[in-house]
Amino acid sequence: MRTPYVLIVGCGRLGSHLANLLSAQAHRVVVIDRNEAAFARLSAESFSGFRVVGDASEPAVLRKAGIEKSDLLITATHEDNLNLMVALVAKRVFAVPHVMARVYDPARERLYHDLGVETVCPTLVAAEHFFDLLSRAAGSGGGAK
Amino acid sequence: MKAILVGAGRPLYFLAQTFRRKDHAVTLIVRDAAESSWLANQSDATVVHGDGSNDRVLEDAGARSADLVLAATANDADNLIICQQARARFAVPRAVALVNDPDNQAIFAALGVDAISPSMTVASLVEQWATCDRVTHLVPAGNGKVTISEVTLGDSFAFAGRPIAELGFPRDALIAVVMRDAETLVPRGDTKLQRGDRVLLVALAESHGLALQLLTGGG
Repeated sequence: MRTPYVLIVGCGRLGSHLANLLSAQAHRVVVIDRNEAAFARLSAESFSGFRVVGDASEPAVLRKAGIEKSDLLITATHEDNLNLMVALVAKRVFAVPHVMARVYDPARERLYHDLGVETVCPTLVAAEHFFDLLSRAAGSGGGAK
Repeated sequence: MKAILVGAGRPLYFLAQTFRRKDHAVTLIVRDAAESSWLANQSDATVVHGDGSNDRVLEDAGARSADLVLAATANDADNLIICQQARARFAVPRAVALVNDPDNQAIFAALGVDAISPSMTVASLVEQWATCDRVTHLVPAGNGKVTISEVTLGDSFAFAGRPIAELGFPRDALIAVVMRDAETLVPRGDTKLQRGDRVLLVALAESHGLALQLLTGGG
């Protein structure tokens, strides 16, 4: 099988972490960030992909990063709207097979789910996780409280 | 008409004034707190302070009963999301985004959002004025796909006295009206144009340049 080509938009904590992980798993990874200094988060040992400095809301930047041949695109900048826009553009204009967006605002997540973008909302994920832990603690504690 | 304008600074102020002068009801959504109070003092539009891409802020601004939302921030992604929220959540009949990167005009269109590129519009206007000072009243229509302009035929018009059919006009360009002295006529293929005629040219954007060239320089 061909090596998957992965485009990651935003090289913050989440973006760089994913980039390091996927690159270490032999994916071809390209990371886009507006700020060149953000690439310092990429690991010297595990990351062997490419870095593109630019604003992902500009189609020319996406093309330069190889969006046309991407198998997977993940948006992980700190701006919800930018994450959603790039995800929509990737899915609907460039027909990238798998597209995922990090979205902070749960209300916005719903809208984009309806528009066909797969989203991960850290707030909801954390809330569910805490809720699981709570119910497990309540279960094993036999209602000690 | 009830319009919601989202943006910042003096461009938003002047947009608001222009809409107000035409007696439209205008609500502004402004992200920066200091700026929103400045705008509230400067203009007689209603000002809502907040993030225009947030559905609750749009609702506060009256999106449910708005006829138009214009997203004119400096950020293309914000403008896209504002328009999509307006359409999807509040069924606003018309949502228009300004795009800073001209490449995004086609991208937004593919995503179902009408977009205007100010830099493209200004550039093409300036280009047309620079190449030919005989063009007046240039009006973009049909979402920028159509251009309507008034052209005066000067000395360099090479087809004077010959029927319009012989001009070799592009298929998607049309001379809609000819104004000659006090007379106004709707021309046909056999109408003969003269120097000094003013013509109303309607053309698709891609043919506008060629049509203008034929009318002003003879090509």
